[in-house]
Amino acid sequence: MDLHSRAPSGPIEQRWSQHRFESKLVNPANRRKYEVLVVGSGLAGGAAAATLGEMGYSVSCFCYQDSPRRAHSIAAQGGINAAKNYQNDGDSIYRLFYDTVKGGDFRARESNVYRLAELSVNIIDQCVAQGVPFAREYSGLLANRSFGGAQVARTFYARGQTGQQLLLGAYQALERQIDAGTVKMYPRTEMLDLIVIDGRARGIVARDLISGKVRAHLADVVVLCTGGYGNVFYLSTNAKGCNASASWRSHRRGALFANPCFTQIHPTCIPQSGDYQSKLTLMSESLRNDGRVWVPKDAADFSKAPGAIAEAARDYYLERLYPSFGNLVPRDIASRRAKEMCDEGRGVGPEVAGVRRGVYLDFSDAVKRLGRKVVQERYDNLFQMYERITGENPYEVPMRMYPAIHYTMGGLWVDYDLQSTVPGLFVGGEANFSDHGANRLGASALMQGLADGYFILPVTVSNFLASRKSDRVDESHAAVKGAVAEVSGRIDKLLSIKGKRTPDSFHRELGALIWDHCGMGRTEAGLRQALGRIPQLREEFWTNLRVPGSGEELNQSLEKAGRVADFFELAELMCLDALHRNESAGGHFREEFQTDEGEAKRNDDEFSYVAAWEYTGQLHSPKLSKEALSFEYVHPSQRSYK
Amino acid sequence: MDRAMNLVLKVWRQKSRGAPGGFVRYEAKDVNEHMSFLEMLDVVNEALSAKGEEPIAFDHDCREGICGSCGVVIDGVPHGPVRGTTACQLHMRSFKDGDEVTIEPWRAGAFPVIRDLVVDRAAFDRIIQAGGYVSLRTGSAPESNSLPIAKVASDSAFDAATCIGCGACVAACPNASAALFTAAKISHLALLPQGEPERADRARKMVAQMDAEGFGHCTSHKECEAACPKGISIGFIAKMNRELLSALVTAPNEVARRAKGNA
Repeated sequence: MDLHSRAPSGPIEQRWSQHRFESKLVNPANRRKYEVLVVGSGLAGGAAAATLGEMGYSVSCFCYQDSPRRAHSIAAQGGINAAKNYQNDGDSIYRLFYDTVKGGDFRARESNVYRLAELSVNIIDQCVAQGVPFAREYSGLLANRSFGGAQVARTFYARGQTGQQLLLGAYQALERQIDAGTVKMYPRTEMLDLIVIDGRARGIVARDLISGKVRAHLADVVVLCTGGYGNVFYLSTNAKGCNASASWRSHRRGALFANPCFTQIHPTCIPQSGDYQSKLTLMSESLRNDGRVWVPKDAADFSKAPGAIAEAARDYYLERLYPSFGNLVPRDIASRRAKEMCDEGRGVGPEVAGVRRGVYLDFSDAVKRLGRKVVQERYDNLFQMYERITGENPYEVPMRMYPAIHYTMGGLWVDYDLQSTVPGLFVGGEANFSDHGANRLGASALMQGLADGYFILPVTVSNFLASRKSDRVDESHAAVKGAVAEVSGRIDKLLSIKGKRTPDSFHRELGALIWDHCGMGRTEAGLRQALGRIPQLREEFWTNLRVPGSGEELNQSLEKAGRVADFFELAELMCLDALHRNESAGGHFREEFQTDEGEAKRNDDEFSYVAAWEYTGQLHSPKLSKEALSFEYVHPSQRSYK
Repeated sequence: MDRAMNLVLKVWRQKSRGAPGGFVRYEAKDVNEHMSFLEMLDVVNEALSAKGEEPIAFDHDCREGICGSCGVVIDGVPHGPVRGTTACQLHMRSFKDGDEVTIEPWRAGAFPVIRDLVVDRAAFDRIIQAGGYVSLRTGSAPESNSLPIAKVASDSAFDAATCIGCGACVAACPNASAALFTAAKISHLALLPQGEPERADRARKMVAQMDAEGFGHCTSHKECEAACPKGISIGFIAKMNRELLSALVTAPNEVARRAKGNA
């Protein structure tokens, strides 16, 4: 397939405003005639649904949670970047753009990234005007902090609950539109298929999770803001309900899936404590601003209390290896170094599956330097959360940290308008592949979700609708009935297997397999092994699954089963993508391709492209299309954080 | 060595809204002290599923105490025995071997049970719909630093805005009042200049919606504050009452002014 990014040309700082001017408008009096479906109610979906509703379109918004206020954007802790340069430290839109392209290891589209940086300033204005209580200085002006490897302080934050406050802003805007009657909300409703008619997205098939009723919702345009696929790994920092079904079902209906192997590991999560573990909890990486990362120099010291290990016997390995960035190196580097320390046997904490997976993050120097009060002001809610989970007090004992899957840069392929390869299907937020390349910088996910939702999708969806008459698809259309019947058939199948294993037991096994072979480090041999094992496990899933209960009621096992079935298919594509990309880039670290210093080694001659995969009906042989990337402004270089 | 324990659970089971419900006893064996409460329920559910029995339905999502999905009454206390902690963040080290633990859904007329421990909290969304927002058109915001806000006001607004909408306050209240939830949003926006123009209208409408949903009145038992996983102060309920009172006092003038303007 020929992929047209439709990215504008011309000076990069004028591209978005020129594109907005060229985008067609819908007469305000006609907007209510257009039906818009927004799936997902997080930062991207909530903001898009609220804004499109406010513009006058007839919007329906769907979420699987009981309220749109619960979408997983809510769990983002650290902050949101914006190029305001309030700290007078040399920041600018261009610098945020530059940092994001470079941080993404030169695998993102320059035009999109520039637009993101440009819109970042509008997002802060919007959120402050909504009443988001960002941190402030005593002057009453907004406070900032430096975050995740940035050399400027451009991160806006609301204690350790920035995602919550931003989401509640979008949620309140959405509830205002629900009250105004422009948005109809469908909570506890899960999208299970995309309806495509004559090559255009015309609706979705969704299941009411309480009654179990499956039905079609038809529209003029469909917008997916359904988040990432980190839960393929079973253990991740995602919410338990996060899933890839909306994206994956759309992929099976023709939307290309881009860069599925670009997944991000977050360096500072609370380590697993046992095999019953249901999820991993992230601790904001703002902790690395003041915490020092170390492991014992001598592996034999693992059993000693950390306070009993002398200063000289500690290896502050990030400060040793990266004197200029120290503990603030980017996420992928911090993660890999932590894994190496543990693989060498110098990890700390409980042993799970034969390895002590943990490194210390120590605040004792920060408490000495800044005083307990300042440390408390900055991190107290995180410290409390850590203590609740582990039973250890970080003021007295260093925290233990280990990397975990946190974010997925890959997602459905979209053009500059955020439209997928299926006309009429738009994708925003983490669900698309846009903007972050092979690695996302800290505090950039919230920025992207809100840029897509408040500012980009309302323009591009309008442009799409402006050149089409609003017309109804008949519910009796063969494609509609066919999609509904397929979804119902699949549910019946899941319920009728009546085997021995639960959805969770399969999910855990799949997750462990993908973590081992398509996680922090990947090799050709490991990926081939996973590709051999996934179809076997999937086969067992479809013959030995047990889902109690029926489809005509609230059935949480059935919901899980459907999601795990889709994870099985996506997992195979992730491995195929990782295997084909014979280079290391950002979060994709192929052990065969590294520099002498152990850093990711890109191969720009052969892999400076977006890999977009097309479903062919055969899971083992998807068709690859390439979107070549060109860099006019930020020239590819080897990242160096020494 | 991790401590392991055996517990007996008494869990509320109810097939659907309006169906009769009752307590069912389950044994939870070899529970590790480092498990979260919901992980303990996961283990019980896996065992039930393996036997072909329907697992216990409960709401949960982020499992890090911020989404507000989870919430069950544990031995009579919403979210269980540890202060400032949601059920998902409660760990089994707070229990001991041989304990018998009673697990119930939120009990309130305005939160009907959907199944087992899952309740319908849509009433909270409707209270927000009544006015829990700033009427702002996307893209119309002024430069964010053009309006300084005293740190103390901003911090107090945050203390109210931290509400996760879980409903523990309602479950804890003998009157099943939603005053703490409603007060938190009214106060959050009343403390900020952005919320000022709609302040009176918001207080009137949100309180009216709270009453219309069938929540009881606040009679200052303070159970809500004790149960709130985010420690939201009942001081905000006093603030809500002040907001409402001044809104009711100014309302007739507003009406008169508007009528005059139209004449």
